[in-house]
Amino acid sequence: MKTNIIIAGVGGQGILTISSIIDLAAMHSGLHVKQAEVHGMSQRGGEVQSHLRISDSIIYSDLIPLGQADVIISVEPLEALRYVPFLKEKGIIISATEPFTNITNYPNIDAVLSELKKFPNAKLIHASQIAQQLGNIKSYNIVLLGAAIPYLGIPQEQIEWGIRTLFATKGNAIIDANIAALYKGLEITK
Amino acid sequence: MNQHLLLGAEAIAMAAIDAGISGVYAYPGTPSTEITEFIQHSHIARERNIHSTWSANEKTAYESALGMSYAGKRSLVCMKHVGLNVAADAFMNSAMTGVNGGMVLVVADDPSMHSSQNEQDSRVFGKFAMLPVLEPSTQQEAYDCIHYAYSISEQLQLPIVVRISTRISHSRAIVVSQSIQKQNSLNPDTDKRKWILIPAFARMRYAHLLSLQPKLLELSEKSPFNTVVKGNSKQAVIAFGIAYNYVMEVITAHNLDISVLKISQYPIPHTHVAEFLYTYDSILIAEEGYPVYEELLRGFSGNNKLRGRLDGTLPRTGELNPDHIAQAFGIAIQQEYSIPVFVVNRPPELCKGCSHRDLFEALQIVMKEYSHNHVFSDIGCYTLGALKPFEAINTCVDMGASVTMAKGAADAGMHPAIGLIGDSTFTHSGITGLLDAVNDKSHVTIIISDNATTAMTGGQDSAGTHKLHSICEGIGVEPSHIRTITPISTGLQENIQIIREEIEYKGVSVIIAQRECVQVAIRNKKKNKTS
Ligand SMILES: Cc1ncc(C[n+]2csc(CCOP(=O)(O)OP(=O)(O)O)c2C)c(N)n1
Ligand code: SF4
Repeated sequence: MKTNIIIAGVGGQGILTISSIIDLAAMHSGLHVKQAEVHGMSQRGGEVQSHLRISDSIIYSDLIPLGQADVIISVEPLEALRYVPFLKEKGIIISATEPFTNITNYPNIDAVLSELKKFPNAKLIHASQIAQQLGNIKSYNIVLLGAAIPYLGIPQEQIEWGIRTLFATKGNAIIDANIAALYKGLEITK
Repeated sequence: MNQHLLLGAEAIAMAAIDAGISGVYAYPGTPSTEITEFIQHSHIARERNIHSTWSANEKTAYESALGMSYAGKRSLVCMKHVGLNVAADAFMNSAMTGVNGGMVLVVADDPSMHSSQNEQDSRVFGKFAMLPVLEPSTQQEAYDCIHYAYSISEQLQLPIVVRISTRISHSRAIVVSQSIQKQNSLNPDTDKRKWILIPAFARMRYAHLLSLQPKLLELSEKSPFNTVVKGNSKQAVIAFGIAYNYVMEVITAHNLDISVLKISQYPIPHTHVAEFLYTYDSILIAEEGYPVYEELLRGFSGNNKLRGRLDGTLPRTGELNPDHIAQAFGIAIQQEYSIPVFVVNRPPELCKGCSHRDLFEALQIVMKEYSHNHVFSDIGCYTLGALKPFEAINTCVDMGASVTMAKGAADAGMHPAIGLIGDSTFTHSGITGLLDAVNDKSHVTIIISDNATTAMTGGQDSAGTHKLHSICEGIGVEPSHIRTITPISTGLQENIQIIREEIEYKGVSVIIAQRECVQVAIRNKKKNKTS
């Protein structure tokens, strides 16, 4: 088993949280993990991405080769398109539909979404809207993680364990809200 | 088993704690910052009283680590590649003195210049100083090589260089840790002939350093970090450090029958290298950074078996990746999709509400009044003032250069001669330049954009917080020409007026533009809420 995942977004959108949960879940499942992150400019609204690889055998490269990503999870639709050169033929795209428009030349959002819909396995998710309905707007990244569960090669209980572990110090209310977001996301793609 | 999910930087930090260090000394710099931050947040480090506060710059950090080693204890010093330029004098001469307690320098290179001014390769510095260099390829190796480095440092009585790069520093993997060692007790070195580098002693020390070289080679020859993967074809790769990962990725994914010599300890192991050069018909040299060893192995006559960065098989610049290696073996990239043309970049920008913004706004208005409207600037968040909408600075070279370049330009007759520098950069390397300007009564205006933090690298403490005014006064800037302003929109007119006045003052003036970084303010607010 081997899954290559690109996680994309803009600084401050919680992409490292998604990576950390998958990392923990994979380690807890006895798998190998490698996860390359972007540090540095991230707090200033620049694009950020993470290459996450999990496998039951040794992983050499910290970076995913072009055309080898099984899944792209993107917290922002334009950012999903930025990493499609890494996507395998018929690879999965899980993307939020809500744009993060901190640039004046952000392209037309309808054009962005219809471009994404051209990919055979793109799942477009109103992550912010769903998170808002659940009463915890901050958990939109976890909604996307939930939607990605069927494609990660890790059992959902392990992902749930990852959330409980990562948020252990934050109290039950936050843990419960995130687990609710996770399963709400999973409902969409299951 | 003790398993941890760690960044390469964190693996190094944990290993150093476990190896019994008594202090880490560092100045922040991507991609090395997380090493020191890990130690600062470690409760084991706190229990063990491990020193971990930030130093003013890389030179002070290096020398403090050397002092701790002199006292008999193990020390760690960390910096980014360009930081080693600043610490180079201490570094080169520490190879001459040698050490007492084990001492390790971790230097983090940034090929592709993700967040740096250049992509210099620190292995060259290691060779220059004639010291052992370790270059781990995995996070586990990063952990293990630190233990090894302390052990050979004390055995050889030399500082050991560990060279990492962005990709391993900022990539996470599972690391198995070892048991924690006792810290050394105080045991100062009494050998004056070792530590006083007057010429008579220095010549002996140099002879000693040279006499150790065969021993360093021997250690490399039997190093656990230099290994061979045997194939049956006439093709081979010599892969250095992290390049090994990309080579193995491609070899295993495509079932290639190729031998690999992995080198993670320098000086390069002559026997293995000679055997490879002799045995194989075509050898790819894969190095992360400069083609340092490719050039050496090619020599004057240019060994035509060799391929690498110098003949275009691999790109001459930038970070390697598995696709470069695949192409070097003639394997086509299986890229299905391309980025749609309308996908624009998202350049980084100053945060909303950032104090630098208000300063640039005021400065821009004043500068429009002059025909020579150059601003010598420096390195930090405020360097983003180079981009739209401000386009307000003309230079960014090395830390501190804003002050001294403004001085040189003033000496040449430029007016205004403005140096714009951050508070942390000022205490790193700006103070001495300002003293030059004071002594020469240069007609410069130095603006210190003081946001009370080292923001660019994530908001570390800044050495000069609350001290900038007295520092300037102390080195002789006329007190009436040290002006403090608050860069805020409501103060725009007043700030413009003050900048104008000080530009017209015929001597050294300093404007301290003081307002806290908004990111740090948010973080402190959160911290206060939870505590
Ligand atoms: C010799 C050297 N050391 C470290 C760095 C990394 N670095 C770049 S900017 C910066 C901090 C700048 O802080 P400050 O001057 O206070 O400006 P701010 O980012 O807070 O605006 C650091 C540590 C570097 N480029 N060169
Ligand atoms: S991090 Fe601080 S100094 Fe840097 S741009 Fe943001 S507010 Fe300004």
